[in-house]
Amino acid sequence: MKKRLLIVMTAALIASPAFAQADHAQMDHSKMDHATEKASDTNHGGHSDHDMGSKPMQPMQPMSQTPQTQSGPPNAADAIWGADAMRASRKALYNEHGNMSLYWFQGDRLEYRAREGEDGYLWDIQGYYGNDTDKFWFKSEGEGSFGEAIEQAEIQALWSRAIGPFFDLQAGVRQDFHGAERTHLVVGAQGVAPYHLEIDVAGFVSNKGDLTARIEGEYDHRLTQKLILQPRAEINLSAQDIPELEIGSGIDSIEAGLRLRYEITPEFGPYLGVEQEWKLGGSRDFAIADSEDPSVTNYVIGVRFWF
Amino acid sequence: MAKAFNNSLADPNRRTFVQSLAGVAALASLSMPAWAMGKMGGALRNGMDEVSGPNVHLHIADGMFRTGNRSGHGIGLNGTIPGPLIRLREGTRANLMVHNMLGEDSSVHWHGLLLPFQFDGVPGLSFPGIKSGGNFTAEFDVRQSGTYWYHSHSGLQEQMGHYGPIIIDPEGKDPVEYDREHVILLSEFANMHPHQIMKKLKVAEGYFSQQKTATFDDYDMSAQERVMWGRMRMMPTDIADVSAPTYTYMINGHGPADNLELPFEPGERVRLRFINGSAMTFFNIRIPGLAMTVVQADGQNVQPTEVDEFQIGVAETYDVIVTPQAGTFALAAESMDRSGMAQATLTSQVGQRANFPKLRDPPLLSMVDMGHGGMVEGEHDGHGGGAMDHSTMDHSRMANGKIDHSKMNHGATETPAPAMDHSDHDMGGMKMRNTSLLPASVEVGPGIDMVAMSPQDRIGYSGLGLDDVQHRVLSYKMLRALNPDHNHRKPDREMELHLTGNMERYMWSFDGKKYSAVSDSPLRFAYNEKVRVKLVNDTMMAHPIHLHGIFFELVNGAGHAQPKKHTVIVQPGSSATFDATFNEPGDWAFHCHLLYHMHAGMMQTVSVAFPKKAGQ
Repeated sequence: MKKRLLIVMTAALIASPAFAQADHAQMDHSKMDHATEKASDTNHGGHSDHDMGSKPMQPMQPMSQTPQTQSGPPNAADAIWGADAMRASRKALYNEHGNMSLYWFQGDRLEYRAREGEDGYLWDIQGYYGNDTDKFWFKSEGEGSFGEAIEQAEIQALWSRAIGPFFDLQAGVRQDFHGAERTHLVVGAQGVAPYHLEIDVAGFVSNKGDLTARIEGEYDHRLTQKLILQPRAEINLSAQDIPELEIGSGIDSIEAGLRLRYEITPEFGPYLGVEQEWKLGGSRDFAIADSEDPSVTNYVIGVRFWF
Repeated sequence: MAKAFNNSLADPNRRTFVQSLAGVAALASLSMPAWAMGKMGGALRNGMDEVSGPNVHLHIADGMFRTGNRSGHGIGLNGTIPGPLIRLREGTRANLMVHNMLGEDSSVHWHGLLLPFQFDGVPGLSFPGIKSGGNFTAEFDVRQSGTYWYHSHSGLQEQMGHYGPIIIDPEGKDPVEYDREHVILLSEFANMHPHQIMKKLKVAEGYFSQQKTATFDDYDMSAQERVMWGRMRMMPTDIADVSAPTYTYMINGHGPADNLELPFEPGERVRLRFINGSAMTFFNIRIPGLAMTVVQADGQNVQPTEVDEFQIGVAETYDVIVTPQAGTFALAAESMDRSGMAQATLTSQVGQRANFPKLRDPPLLSMVDMGHGGMVEGEHDGHGGGAMDHSTMDHSRMANGKIDHSKMNHGATETPAPAMDHSDHDMGGMKMRNTSLLPASVEVGPGIDMVAMSPQDRIGYSGLGLDDVQHRVLSYKMLRALNPDHNHRKPDREMELHLTGNMERYMWSFDGKKYSAVSDSPLRFAYNEKVRVKLVNDTMMAHPIHLHGIFFELVNGAGHAQPKKHTVIVQPGSSATFDATFNEPGDWAFHCHLLYHMHAGMMQTVSVAFPKKAGQ
């Protein structure tokens, strides 16, 4: 059972679009030939007009084959203004055109959850700082019921690396602050799948050797420019029983939610919704043994924001 | 005040220049206004004055700017947005002195002017920039005439108002006869700081659009099409990255609420000098009830062509002649995504306001814009005519079995028939990002979200949303140089450059490499080398590509009369080709003129070798 689940989880990770998108620059051989064919013809610059008629037009060739009378970085201005005078502005020029880093913070779900028994709360936030390809990414999730000890709380610190146009590979650590506090290594992928599906998949190995995984997907469906219906699903998996955390092996839990959000601005959207949680398999047995309901319906009100 | 006379007989320096009602304050520049004394933070006036060469002073300073109900921080020159009209004369020596009164570095690029590269005004490339409190003088021989403009090349200052028009009067008789002229400088004003705009573009795709597809929208799209766009992770409404209502579209610094009035006398030939000085906006220009005769493009005279509407890309200029009889006309400059309109009233009666047409329904991108070939009416004969060399047809693309029909017409002699397979025209079988179609020069990575499968040369395309209007619309194919080049020289070589991007991450580049990544490898050209450059747009946005310092000829089938331009729109998923003779030595900027695309990295250095001196 353990082994089979491991395989399922690995397959889920590998099958995620992130991996499918890793870039393999498959070079076209017919083009390569073109390039080399013309490599010898690199010295016809600087001619005056009249002998051009005899030159046949050349097929496409990459820039590396162009006739050169100089090489290295552009430096024409050094001769006029001096290399020292140019240095700082040249550095700024390149940095300003493509090297920008920025921060982003999102409260994806900050919500009050009305349900049978004690009402609860949930937070799900994330943010990053970095450039187009490399970012420091943090995530935090937690939930609980009012008047009770916190049920779940965690924070992740990840390095996020763009591995395709739509997906980042993420790796780092996760620290839990609930129950038997644990530290996990995290490897995952986050991005946008076809149909604008926002996907976050991660596998975790804890300091006790437990292997778990989480798959989250959400989709913003615009009803109007400001009114957005967001279906959301989350599946938690475990490769083994973890009695301390009341997790059974296999599918630990499934959440399915639907939230209707009104974006007052794109940055700030309050929402109403409903979310159903099921504990399954071993986790379900743990819950029943604890006289907890393995199936809970939450009516949620919350806000999504970013800056 | 509007006195009519025939320009061709008049001294251009005495020509009546009526640019806007705000222009009457030109006399004030004789005294010492606040901006000239280094005082900052005052109000910036809408509209511009005129300064004439040879000696011109420009003071860059910031202040508060207001149009309609919108006010915010702006950067003006000589106290106005736009900056003053600089009037020069061909054959003279210009002496343009720039004083930077901002708290940060600044610069002025003279857009479209032929000059030694060190005066071109790109910090880090042509000169070190102008420090806060510093000044810079560009001194050069004026060797051209026409309509041009200037703007900052530092950071995102251009978005804040740092731009203005340049008119160079010809040394001899102007082939364009006119009685009166108006500069129509199009731009946008936002009270959101440009760095904020950039950030929102980076972190939230489609942030500025209020016209996205939704369950309750008015777009004529089938459910199947909507699903198809969703599967591609693209939006068919991705037409303008930034738009109204974030932007107020302006003519000469006046938003629609400012009721800009442009006077004329009935029967006059009025020359309208359109300059698109906006950061991000293509405009559709029309004057309902008035035909426009295009006489100049990017400062270069063209054979007169009458149209009812034309699209102007960012950084382009067009001069048109209109001959209105008595009355009031609406000069409507609708943004390409039709989210807003810049407006001016052209009238023979002071105080009249024209009735402006309503915004038309927003257009949508099509599969052709995704580089998915397909036949577009009237375009398949738009290729470079006799100059087109069919040996350059890309065989690897054919092998792929996805051949664009329109290209087949040209390369018919060598096209293997079995290669034609239209099964892929079914959206279901379409590949969005077949990177094996890219040449080796393109670096494949996260910065490329799409590869045009069979990019067409859409030189005959009039622009998004204008292909189905019921009147005459300009296209590049209609542009023919007024003075044909009969010593037309064959290109020495050809090169292909890909325009690449990722909408979701807001990454933009040439050949998959951002400017920051190619600092040591400029595009190098031998002195006086003539190169045919094919730009292939592997993105779904139209990019206005601008080459500094050198005019190129559009390969538009006009043979000896190929028009010269400094900026070319490369349509989405399509290609455009130009011939350039690299006869201006030095390092020049080459970039997409959408400001935030350039800022994201869609820029390169064009390095032209210096000619060998005698005896070397």
